[in-house]
Amino acid sequence: MLDIKKIREQFPILSKKVNGQELVYFDNGATTQKPQVVIDAEANYYATENSNVHRGVHFLSGLATDKFEKTRNTIQQFIGAKHNHEIIFTKGTTDAINLIANGYRSLLNKGDEIIISEMEHHSNIVPWQMCCEQSGATLKVIPILDNGELDMNEFDNLLSENTKLVAVTHISNTLGTINPIEDIIAKAHQMGAKVMIDGAQAASHIPLNIQKLDADFYCFSAHKMFGPTGVGVLYGKEENLTNFPLYQGGGEMIQDVSFEKTTYAELPHKFEAGTPNIAGVIAFKAAIDFITDLGVSAIAQYENELLQYATAEILNIEGVKIFGTAENKSGIISFNIDGLHPYDIGMIVDKMGVAIRTGHHCTQPIMKRFNIPGTARISIAVYNTKAEIDVCINAIKKAKKMLS
Amino acid sequence: METIKDIQTEIIEEFEMFDDWMQKYEYLIDLGKELAPIEGQYKTEDNLIKGCQSRVWLHAEKQNGKIIYTADSDAIMTKGIIAILIRVLSEQKAVEIVSADLSFIDAIGLKEQLSATRANGLVSMIKKMKLYALAFQN
Repeated sequence: MLDIKKIREQFPILSKKVNGQELVYFDNGATTQKPQVVIDAEANYYATENSNVHRGVHFLSGLATDKFEKTRNTIQQFIGAKHNHEIIFTKGTTDAINLIANGYRSLLNKGDEIIISEMEHHSNIVPWQMCCEQSGATLKVIPILDNGELDMNEFDNLLSENTKLVAVTHISNTLGTINPIEDIIAKAHQMGAKVMIDGAQAASHIPLNIQKLDADFYCFSAHKMFGPTGVGVLYGKEENLTNFPLYQGGGEMIQDVSFEKTTYAELPHKFEAGTPNIAGVIAFKAAIDFITDLGVSAIAQYENELLQYATAEILNIEGVKIFGTAENKSGIISFNIDGLHPYDIGMIVDKMGVAIRTGHHCTQPIMKRFNIPGTARISIAVYNTKAEIDVCINAIKKAKKMLS
Repeated sequence: METIKDIQTEIIEEFEMFDDWMQKYEYLIDLGKELAPIEGQYKTEDNLIKGCQSRVWLHAEKQNGKIIYTADSDAIMTKGIIAILIRVLSEQKAVEIVSADLSFIDAIGLKEQLSATRANGLVSMIKKMKLYALAFQN
């Protein structure tokens, strides 16, 4: 059993007042709050460890490098990767996807196909459109069903020998659907296609075992898992990364530079040009340790309990429609109320201290699919409570009353 | 004929009577509900204001030397906000609209009531209204 009160005490922002009200934070899908250990790790780096990594021979540089690389090892263990050099640090999930999509520009030709899905975040759509534009490859889209699940029959139809890559999200940031990625990966591999998973909404919410999953690439962001902004991870199987096209050139990613010929560093450094977000990476370890201490399975179980409770409560409000009712769902509830615009709801509950997200959630194709301008979205993290759900539901009811 | 400045003063006085955000919001909601409807033919893609999170259509025409604005939005609070802007700027001369100093927005705390993205929407609305006036002026 998780001690939620004790967990909450570790997040200073949760005792903050917003608009004179206790903050009730349900915008965790956008970014989570940070525990004191993460804030301390970031501050402590600048106070006592600041130095550039992988460069100097001096004491501080060695210390910073050690701590930086420790995060890599921690992530390797956290996701169950085979090697630590399969962990590439990026600016975030978007940056990680762009690294892959950029590489595929030169790997694909006319006639090749990339499959994504209708529920992707814009950052898992646009890079592939750019990739297709440059390579001549074709983008195929797996449609979604009315309940927010992927149409797997249609996926089977789309998948062919022309498919070179399947890029889908693990969990939909708008619908909460947990996709059957094991199935997708197995089927894609049978056709000889690689698979990239956008794990931004999954890492820290459900247990991961990357080797068992057998994903070729998997991306996630630190800031959606209690870590700092500006840090993300691209996991790639060694065999996929070794000869993968380079992304950015610069310091750190080279072995020897001359005007005649430059040779490049080994994995993972050849994909990490320039001085990275050292403080962020070091603090990311504190976030992962925090998650590991609680246990991802325990987090998933508790969040599911909150999801069930919030879903039942919200359905009690007359005129509510939930978008995304998949059987296998994460702690995300997108909803609208008959005749009301989600912005109006969001604006009013904000005044009552409740932070929810409104809009298209960077998934405009989903909005088009359901023919709605946007939704209001509650997204849950482990520090949320049933009492907070009650406050949120009451705020929504009050907004409904004001607006009707 | 009331000037833009007179109307702004009136609005500031009205808002001074409200004790809290809820009354302000309720007022905006009421204004939104009362906003005269825009003619269907003007709810076009061209008349949509960019930069708003909800959809806002704005139409302007010149009658007897004055600019008449009509607008609509799918969000009621946005409609309330645009209703206030219309009250201030509609039926004024183009030259007055273009040079209007809309200090009432800060005075009634409209900007701070809105999130940053919404505030951008507000800026976009005002900009579009002034651009219409500018076009009619020339």
